[in-house]
Amino acid sequence: MRKTLVLGVIGADVHAVGNQILNYAFTEAGFHVVNLGVMVSQEEFIEAAIESAADAIIVSSLYGHGELDCQGFREKCDEAGLKGILLYVGGNIVVGKQPFEEVEKRFKAMGFDRVFGPGTPPEVDIACLHEDLADK
Amino acid sequence: MVACGLVPTLTSNAAKLAAFGAGAKVIKTFAYQLTLGDIEDINKIKPDILLLSGGIDGGNSEVIIHNAGMLKQAKGDFPIVLAGNRSAQDECASLLKGSSHPVYLADNVMPEMNKLNIEPVAKVIREIFLKRIILAKGLNKATSMVDGILMPTPSAVLDALTLLSKGDKKTPGVGELVAVDLGGATTDVYSIAKGHPTNPTTVLRGLPEPFVKRTVEGDLGMRYNAIGIKEAVGEEVLSQLSGLPADAISETVQAYHENPAKLPEDEQEIAIDRALASAAIATALARHAGILEQVYTPVGPIYQQTGKDLTQVERLVVTGGALIYSKSIDQIIADALGLQEPFALTPKQLHVSADKNYVLSALGLLAGYEQSTALNLLLEFFGREEANAVV
Ligand code: B12
Repeated sequence: MRKTLVLGVIGADVHAVGNQILNYAFTEAGFHVVNLGVMVSQEEFIEAAIESAADAIIVSSLYGHGELDCQGFREKCDEAGLKGILLYVGGNIVVGKQPFEEVEKRFKAMGFDRVFGPGTPPEVDIACLHEDLADK
Repeated sequence: MVACGLVPTLTSNAAKLAAFGAGAKVIKTFAYQLTLGDIEDINKIKPDILLLSGGIDGGNSEVIIHNAGMLKQAKGDFPIVLAGNRSAQDECASLLKGSSHPVYLADNVMPEMNKLNIEPVAKVIREIFLKRIILAKGLNKATSMVDGILMPTPSAVLDALTLLSKGDKKTPGVGELVAVDLGGATTDVYSIAKGHPTNPTTVLRGLPEPFVKRTVEGDLGMRYNAIGIKEAVGEEVLSQLSGLPADAISETVQAYHENPAKLPEDEQEIAIDRALASAAIATALARHAGILEQVYTPVGPIYQQTGKDLTQVERLVVTGGALIYSKSIDQIIADALGLQEPFALTPKQLHVSADKNYVLSALGLLAGYEQSTALNLLLEFFGREEANAVV
């Protein structure tokens, strides 16, 4: 069955171009994309995932405040009954240039299943989705 | 009606908007899985119609299916309108088969995320209303006397206001407007307006609301729900508006509650009625319109809007006995606007025209046959500004 992804740019972030590219790339790859656009709150991601019975939530953050915006996201998903939903995050998720391994560790500790560094092309993401959603 | 959906801000809200749009009074809205307690609630409410939605098309079907199963046990024979995730429609319908509730199917109220689709379900609700309610309440004699369009009054009013606002191909309408129907039991508000943010930097949150929007406040009414008005705004506000002490207000409100047929008899009761009217309209307008909030973000403060921005709407049509027979409509409306909080996106300034001849619903019906005649009459009654004071 076609998998459903909820896509959006979290927080007060208005960077819209990458979001449009991801929407296009995921749709082309055969996913049903529920694109929430920019300036999406954690609650809006979660509510959309419930209504659409999403298989994964793909969070983008580009303006440097991703770490703040993503705090408590996994816990809220659990609370809302989205236990075990696949959570990805990517873009320029932290301020400035920081060693990616450390950034990845921090976001994984927050409950994200996969963390993508700056400039990751959508193909990488799509391959991971196929792998992670294969048995679901 | 009772409306059920999945997430409160999404399909539950969409279901409620659809029911209002069909002319119904929504007594209660449920979200997520219905519990046995909820079913008991519904048994007590004894709705005329129940609208069951939940999930976008292809989305969540678990909850709506659970709810269909639960509703099977609900008492009574009220019809259930299924307007949820289309992938779950068949299963819900078959679950309800053999129950005491006839089932009607309509397109999903929210087929895609944040996309409202209320017309199809509103149409089904109106049809049921005419078929069942009118029959049950003995109004079918009326049907046999007139062989034409029968329509529940609120939806006729909605049609009239929409035509007045939009006009037709030949004659332009009056543009965006709001309307208030202040009754003994409820206060209905209509807005025929886009309601987009006035300021381009404002961020719009939540479900986009319909251009033609109707809400019904079941706790605000001049008689049956005078106590509700008092509870909504507080005694001090009514005291301030009427210039009377709080105990006089309490006493009169209680008297209205006990005897809803009571008309104001002296200066004091007239003043209290005026205060109640302003307070009911203020509250109903505020609930109907959106709000603007300032939120702090890592990149500075931003303004976000939820619901419709009606601040630029300048025309108000009023109907309902309490208003059209009042000698101080303008004062009532001015006071209602004066009560608004600064962040409420309610109209700031209004030209008022009153439905003095009670023609609004009749013209809504006429619009179904003779659109241009109906429009001309509507413009005649409500389109002339010079006849009306500016508040
Ligand atoms: C255009 C732009 C803007 C425009 C945005 C217009 C718009 N509505 O889109 C404006 C002028 C508004 C803007 C504002 C700001 N910006 Co700016 N902006 C840029 C710029 C130049 C290009 C962004 C872009 O469109 N890229 C092209 C798209 C295709 O790439 P992308 O967005 O990166 O997305 C791709 C990948 O990141 C990836 N991806 C994204 N999400 C995800 C998720 C997953 C899971 C995966 C796998 C991949 C993935 O796939 C996408 C498609 O290929 C970048 C610098 C740059 N060259 O990237 C800075 C940049 C993003 N902005 C930056 C900043 C700081 C800001 C401001 C805070 C500046 C300020 N102080 O006001 C504000 C923030 C405003 C806000 N509230 O969001 C910084 C962020 C620094 C950081 N993270 O540490 C950057 C990197 C510039 C810099 N080097 O300093 N900005």
